Amino acid sequence: MSVYVIAEHRDGQLKRVTLELLGELKRQNITAMAVILGGPEAAPVAQSLTEFGAAKVVFLESPELSQYSTEGYANAIHAYLSTQSPMAILCGATSQGKDFLPRLAAKFQVGMAADCIALKGSGTSFTVTRPVYAGKCTKQVSFAKTPAVFSVRPNVMAAQVKTASSGAPEKASAQVGIIRAKTVEVLAPATKKVDLTEADIIISGGRSLKSADNFKIIQECAAVLGAAVGASGAAVDAGYASHDMQVGQTGKTVSPKLYIACGISGAIQHLAGMRTSKVIVAINTDPEAPIFQKADYGIVGDLFDVVPKLTEAFKKLV
Amino acid sequence: MNVVVMLKQVPDTETKIRITADKSGIEKGDIKWIINPYDEYAIEEGLKIKEGLKAGTVTVVTMGPDRCVEALRTAIAMGADNAIHIKEATEASDPFVIAQALSAAIKKENPEIVLCGKQAIDDDGSAVSGYVAELLNIPSVSVVVKIAIGPDKKDAKAEREVEGGAKHVVHCPLPALFAVNKGINTPRYASLPGIMKAKKKEIKTYSLQDLGVTAAATMTEAGYELPPERKAGKKIAGDTATQATELARLLREEAKVI
Repeated sequence: MSVYVIAEHRDGQLKRVTLELLGELKRQNITAMAVILGGPEAAPVAQSLTEFGAAKVVFLESPELSQYSTEGYANAIHAYLSTQSPMAILCGATSQGKDFLPRLAAKFQVGMAADCIALKGSGTSFTVTRPVYAGKCTKQVSFAKTPAVFSVRPNVMAAQVKTASSGAPEKASAQVGIIRAKTVEVLAPATKKVDLTEADIIISGGRSLKSADNFKIIQECAAVLGAAVGASGAAVDAGYASHDMQVGQTGKTVSPKLYIACGISGAIQHLAGMRTSKVIVAINTDPEAPIFQKADYGIVGDLFDVVPKLTEAFKKLV
Repeated sequence: MNVVVMLKQVPDTETKIRITADKSGIEKGDIKWIINPYDEYAIEEGLKIKEGLKAGTVTVVTMGPDRCVEALRTAIAMGADNAIHIKEATEASDPFVIAQALSAAIKKENPEIVLCGKQAIDDDGSAVSGYVAELLNIPSVSVVVKIAIGPDKKDAKAEREVEGGAKHVVHCPLPALFAVNKGINTPRYASLPGIMKAKKKEIKTYSLQDLGVTAAATMTEAGYELPPERKAGKKIAGDTATQATELARLLREEAKVI
């Protein structure tokens, strides 16, 4: 009965959340196996995965896995792990992890817990903590059947540092089965954005920005720090920002190291989505704005004055 | 083309969550219930598909206690043709159990397209859609912001959002399930004739037994907690330039986050 981490990689790099999962299991003295999927070109990244503390790395290889597909991943992982009687199956709660894990869990005929922020393993079972109602509260989930299937939120746990390699990955020919839904085209964004859920630093703008154009001052500040740009629900609904930038209950729930809220008053839906950020900064003209109750550092002032000066101050530091 | 839309009734986003004394869940006494916002986009998309093809029906289905009928009637008032209520008083949270019931009810309708929101904003699991697709043995696409049905109505292309602002165009044969995201459309309001129709509409009702769902939950939940309160920190005084410099210094030297 082993614990399996499904690794994620893109552009030849392991996703940090994979290393975070391996790090957390190591800290709890739980032996982890890692499973990585891909085409022949993924061999180097599979090799690099052996340096992050997993007892064994299994590389499920097939040319049909060069490109991610929900069914390809669910089929191949299930075909392999159903022969291994896994105690638990974990992956990152990323766009990809959230997509294939439910289909995989359905094949094992068990429930699953998504987007967990804490896990506790005893060697034979797991209890996980996950936020619900966009983080307005948390609940604990335990699993009555094996495998325990759950995904873990990126940026919450400390990543495993590089250690000695556990040796060459064990290659297994992947049984991808029938893939009906296939990606036929990738529409790249005009500018490559850091995804909010994986960003270390987020600078968000609210309705006080008054236009989509004015988001430029937020973007300029974010560029200095390599930060992602977010927005409040009010700014998105007003058409100043696209909905993939929305932080909060009908947007993304984020936990960066640093969250800077500019011209955001702090509606309950927004606070729910960013309250687990490690450090929160609020910039707002209204000293009574609820956001200041959650902020570690506050500046009462007009974001149009403060943010450009902050950009200058950051430039001097980095 | 028959479309089935799965929807869930959830607490309004304004709701301040309170935990029950035994920590087994949240206080539900004075909650205002709404249709899950992402499911509203799914309803709208179902109606648009039907209108675009000038044929077919839109059936909405939900699972939950009796109050959920209100959500079904709202969907009928928006324009849905039929509604199905799977009565389940305990509000099961195991996605495997929920999906078994939903997929059994959906199978009876034999739809070409199944729609739902990409997640329900109460449990935030984003899981049930994948389970339902697997149990129905149909392809699925999640986080969808555009759906185009093929000319012979045998296939579809869907745009799904992935991280970093990119989109994948996914092709699949029908029947298929699409879990939709905000941005796909603007949901319409219920019309007055729609509201009148919704009041009288008969709603098909199943129990879990009717659907042959007997599986016990495969997971248990407990220990609901409010997150730790954050304390208000320090306000930085001075003119704007001083404030900005001081903030940058504190973030570097005190908080050590930049």
